[in-house]
Amino acid sequence: MIIDLGLTDYEECYRTQREMAARRKLGEIEDTLILAEHNNVFTVGRMGARKNLLVDSDYLHERGIKVLNVDRGGDITFHGPGQLLIYPIIELKEKWRDLHKYMRLLEDVAIKYLERYSLQPGRMPGLTGVWVSGKKVVSIGIGVTNWVTYHGLSVNIKPDLGFFDMIYPCGLRGVKMASLESLTGKDISMEEAKIDILSDFEKVFNYGKIYFSSPAYIGGITRKGEI
Amino acid sequence: MIEIKLPPLAEGVDKATVTYCHKSAGDSVNEGEDLIELVTDKATFNMPSPATGVLKEVLVSEGDEVKVGQVVAKIG
Repeated sequence: MIIDLGLTDYEECYRTQREMAARRKLGEIEDTLILAEHNNVFTVGRMGARKNLLVDSDYLHERGIKVLNVDRGGDITFHGPGQLLIYPIIELKEKWRDLHKYMRLLEDVAIKYLERYSLQPGRMPGLTGVWVSGKKVVSIGIGVTNWVTYHGLSVNIKPDLGFFDMIYPCGLRGVKMASLESLTGKDISMEEAKIDILSDFEKVFNYGKIYFSSPAYIGGITRKGEI
Repeated sequence: MIEIKLPPLAEGVDKATVTYCHKSAGDSVNEGEDLIELVTDKATFNMPSPATGVLKEVLVSEGDEVKVGQVVAKIG
């Protein structure tokens, strides 16, 4: 099923992910995609360091922006309105227990989506994520509990890219971030982005039709084959 | 006594780094509960307990590199 949380604080969304992952393992729910946008927040992954945050914590505090340590892979990143977060809660069955392959599939979803706009998205050797013309548009960091996935991918549709100047994104010096809006000059609605990327998700992951209607509970995902 | 070994996490990956121990020796654990968290690339893997019981030993610490197949903990 799809759960579209809309604009939600990071912590609340995280709690929902963990709850859904536990319910997925118990078989109470099917594979689920949680969609969200977050209020401005910096998150530091397990391999990250706050030294990659380039602004003073008082500066952020005054603006009500938190810096959270989180249990996903990767370093520091920014989330804010205009960025689409997709958190797949997927049980990795025996033959699909390859975490790197799973991340490559998430990249495939993002590549398919960006190709809709006649861009030439691709991977960077040795890195995770999706780039266009040397700029990073999609970031990926995942978690797995009891062989059920959580965390996922963030797609820059039209966030305020200025926030990325406050960090070394993913701990990488010199990395430039871009958004679909900055690359195409188009104003793309978040609703349109969700519909398109869910369609790409169902193709890559070989699901049946993912029914989608905003904003609350949407419908079921039917498996065509085990993933 | 059940030995808990690091399973294969991805093709071509033979080790992962311990980033967090959810449990300590002496703790009661339930089957499926997160025991030890490891990272490979951008993925965090929480190793689940294979059984309900008491954690007898934790053989790794945060920062350790663990090889696939290596025993990381024992449950009694």
